[in-house]
Formats: sequence, structure tokens, C-alpha cells
Amino acid sequence: MKKKGMSVTSKQHIAGWVYLAPATALIVVMSFYPIIQAVITSLKTGSSANMQWAEPIVYNYTRMFQDKLFMRSVGNTFLYLLVQVPIMLILAMLLAQILNNKDLKFRGFFRTCVFLPCATSLVSYSLIFKSLFATQGLINSILVNLGILEENYNFLGTAGSAKAIIIIALLWRWTGYNMVFFLAGLQNIEYSVYEAAKIDGANGWQTFWRITVPLLMPTIVMTAIMSINGTLQLFDESMNLTSGGPANSTITMSHYIYNNSFGQGVANFGYASAMSFFIFILVAILSAISMKVGDKRD
Amino acid sequence: MTKKRKTSHIQRKLIPSYIFLIVVSFISVFPLFWMITAATNQSVDVARGRIWFGTYLAENFRNLLDRQDLWSAMGHSFLFAFVQTIVALLICSLAGYGFELYHDKQKDLVFSILLLAMMVPQVATMIPLYKMISGMHMLNTVWGFMLPAISTPFLIMMFRQNSRSFPVDVMEAARIDGLSELRIFFQMYMPIMRSTYAAAAVITFMNAWNAYLWPKVVLTDNAAQTMPMLIANLAAGYTVDYGVLMLGVLFCSIPTMIIFFVLQKQFAEGITGAVK
Repeated sequence: MKKKGMSVTSKQHIAGWVYLAPATALIVVMSFYPIIQAVITSLKTGSSANMQWAEPIVYNYTRMFQDKLFMRSVGNTFLYLLVQVPIMLILAMLLAQILNNKDLKFRGFFRTCVFLPCATSLVSYSLIFKSLFATQGLINSILVNLGILEENYNFLGTAGSAKAIIIIALLWRWTGYNMVFFLAGLQNIEYSVYEAAKIDGANGWQTFWRITVPLLMPTIVMTAIMSINGTLQLFDESMNLTSGGPANSTITMSHYIYNNSFGQGVANFGYASAMSFFIFILVAILSAISMKVGDKRD
Repeated sequence: MTKKRKTSHIQRKLIPSYIFLIVVSFISVFPLFWMITAATNQSVDVARGRIWFGTYLAENFRNLLDRQDLWSAMGHSFLFAFVQTIVALLICSLAGYGFELYHDKQKDLVFSILLLAMMVPQVATMIPLYKMISGMHMLNTVWGFMLPAISTPFLIMMFRQNSRSFPVDVMEAARIDGLSELRIFFQMYMPIMRSTYAAAAVITFMNAWNAYLWPKVVLTDNAAQTMPMLIANLAAGYTVDYGVLMLGVLFCSIPTMIIFFVLQKQFAEGITGAVK
């Protein structure tokens, strides 16, 4: 009797491991093993068929920090990160707060509209924005007709405006996405908390900063980490909206790495791996910082 | 009477909110509306700023078919996204189920190690994975396309979190009835968890359909290209035909738009999936 019971539990024990084995094996082979390979490749030079250890071993890393173009791609990526992510998260929170009001009419309709950009692929919306802001495009013809511009302006051919358009496009695509998280977060806050604040005489602004924001802190940290992670890996927009141009002034890190490995010209796997490992470190550090900041205010 | 006055007072106070929402909604919807109208117009008219429907849809469609193999790309996108969704759901739900309902200290440790994979950027694994996939002669195949994407910490976590609501006593009862462990999964777990499967399916299909960087690396043959790659090619020429381009973008967006409108709730659940 007892022996049979043992065998049933051990059968269950094995079953548990069997269930998680395929997924675990795939993550090990498709994520952990490649990242180790990337570190090894980053210490090598040469074309993909015959690679040797670099001389000195950190050659690709020293090259990276002297590469003005890579440094520019880092600068661009951080510009997008520092400008776009805060604006987007504040807008998303504001929209969620407004849409969470039970007295508001057509809530479902407005929510669907704001959320709709998420239904487009990153390539699709990049091409839509590229066409809208083309020199011979809708935005130009509107601005000229309204008399705001005298003649058609090459938005995507000018460094400053091209960067601004990438940021605008990112805001358009991702604000509704983040709003969904804040709406879910707000629904977990008890209505009585707000009632109590009202009785204590808090106005809307105070309620927002003293109650909503602190209670939403876990959501804020999570959306911040996701946005940072996503922005550091920005590729589709740089590739398709501006093609990195004009003269590489809007290129992102991932786009530059792609150009160095699979784009036109020589495949420089060693150098590209060094740069991609740099992104990995950045993602890890920035996620750790966001989590620390979130912990403190809790 | 007083109640009515109170409601109208509340609504009046909400006027700024309504204005803000109308502006944001317009900005959100307009580029997509414009995409649809541009697909029905001649490129010159699109450039001139025409924003209403035109009569060039058939012409644009013919030109699109001339330039790119639309049906092949649609077929590949559907096939790849469909297969990836089914395989990913099976593998990740099994894992989530195993991690939650059979959990012990070692499995919890394995789980927290797997979560680290969330931080691994796609560009960092792209080169080694390309070498691996081409070494296994899987370039331009559905396997090459989906292998790196079928097991994700996000999906595993989503199934694990949602498995908390799975009634354990049902499992015990099934065991007493003599159901095998695997049959408990297929016959009890899967039907009970169908809303989680729906949300996971929507988000996985969308991600697979919209994938761009990895397909661009692994689908080296133009004959194997997917829709996002096709429309990117349409825009790459010296002179861009906006009508044709937007029709291509429209074709690329129709499946995800339909999913969005029909399964919006599941889509939102899929996005926030692992958060509870």
C-alpha cells in the first residue's frame, strides 16, 4: 500500500519536470546559449567563416567607444528614451485616469480609439508616418495650405525634425498600449480610498499625486522597465521611417548593429556582437535602477 | 429634478475631459483612416493631400501584384503566425502548468532563472542564432522563423500566474478516478483555462505576424518573405507609389485589425497577461 503511494507521488514529481522541460530547454538553447556565444564572438575578429581571437582581446570594445557613429546611435537611442518614455507614461496615466471615471460617457468608444494604434505592426505604422511626413505628403500640404509653411519642408531630410517625428510616431503607437496597464492598475484601487480623500478635502490634483500615483507605483515601474527595454532595442522605426538618415542622424543602436552584421557591406560579427552585448548590459542596469526606484517609494 | 441637475453639473465639469479625449482619439484614428483612403487613390493625389476615398483601388491592386508576390507573403505570414501560435501555446502552457501546480523549491529556482531571459535583447542573440539556424539548414523555413520565439518567459509567466485560479481539488479528484497526468492537462486544464489560452493566442499571433527583425535575418530568400518584409520592400525604391504602398500596408494590417476589433478584450488581457 505505502509503496504504491510513493510511486504515484514520484510519478507526479517526474510529470512536473517533464512539463517544463521543453520550454526550459528552448530558452536555454535560444536565449542563454546565444548570449554566451555573443560574448565569445565579441572577442573575435574576421569574417564569419574564419574568425580569430582579437588582438588585443578587447579590441572590439575599445573600437566601439571610439566609433563616432556607434556613439551617435547610443546618443540617439537615449534621446528617444529620455524624451519619449516620460511623456508617454504621463499621457497614458492621464488617459487612464480620465477613462476610469464612471460618469464619463462613451468610455468604451474612446478606449478603443486610443488603443487602436496597437493593432498595426511596427513596420506598417513606420511607413504610414513616413508617407504622412514626406516632402510631398499630407502634413506638408496641410501646413502649406494653412499658410504655416511657405513651401514644402523636408521633415525626414532634416536631422532635428526627423528625430522629432520618430518620437511623435513612438508616442502614437505606444501610449494606448501603456494606458491598458494603467487602466488595469486603477481598477485595483478601491473606490473608498477616493471617497475618504474627498471627505478629507483633497482636490483632484492632490488626489492624483498623493493617492493614484503611489498606488500605481508597481504599474509605473513595470511600464517604465518595458518601455526602456523596448526603446533600447528600437529597430523597425529607425529602419523604415527614416532609414537612419539623414546621414545617420536618427540611427538607433540595433539598426547600426544590424548594418554591421546583416546589412549592406561586410558582415562584422565580432564587432556587432560587442555592441549588442553593450545593449544587454544597458538593459540590465536600467531595469535594476527602475526596480530600485520603485522599491524606495513603496 | 435634483438628480438631473446633479448629472448635468457632473457632465459640464467633464467637458475638458471630453475635448481632450476627442483630440487624442482623432490623432489615434486618423493615420489609419488615411492609410485606407490612400490605398484607393492615385499616388499623385495622395501626395497632393487628398484625404477622401478615390477610384484607384483596382489600379493600385494590379500594380501591387505586379511588383510583389502578395499572395505568397500573405500565405507565409499566416502559416508562420498560425504554427508559431499553436506550438508556443502548447509548450508555454505546459510549462506554466508544471511550474505552478507541481511547484517545489527547485522548480521555483529554475523559473526565476528563466525570467532572466526577459532581459536578453533580440539583437544580442541574432548573430549566434543565425549561425545556429543556418547550420541546421533551417533558413527560410517555419522552424527557423519560430524556434527562437516559441518559448518566452512572458507566456510561461502568464500561464503560471493564471494557473493559480485552477482548482487543485479537481485535479485530485481526477487522479482518484485514475486519469493519467497528461490527460489531466489535456482534458481538465486546457478547457478550464480557455480564456487564458485565448488571450495568449491573440498576443502570440500578433507578435508573430508583426515580427520584422528576426524574419529579415532568417528569411534570406525573397520567396519566403512575410508581409512586414514585403511592405518594407515596397517603400525601399527610389520613387514610392503611395497608393500601392498604403494598399500593401492595409493588407498587412487587415488580419491584426480584425483580431483587434473582434477580440479586443482578449488582446488587452494578453498584453497585461503576466500582471495580476
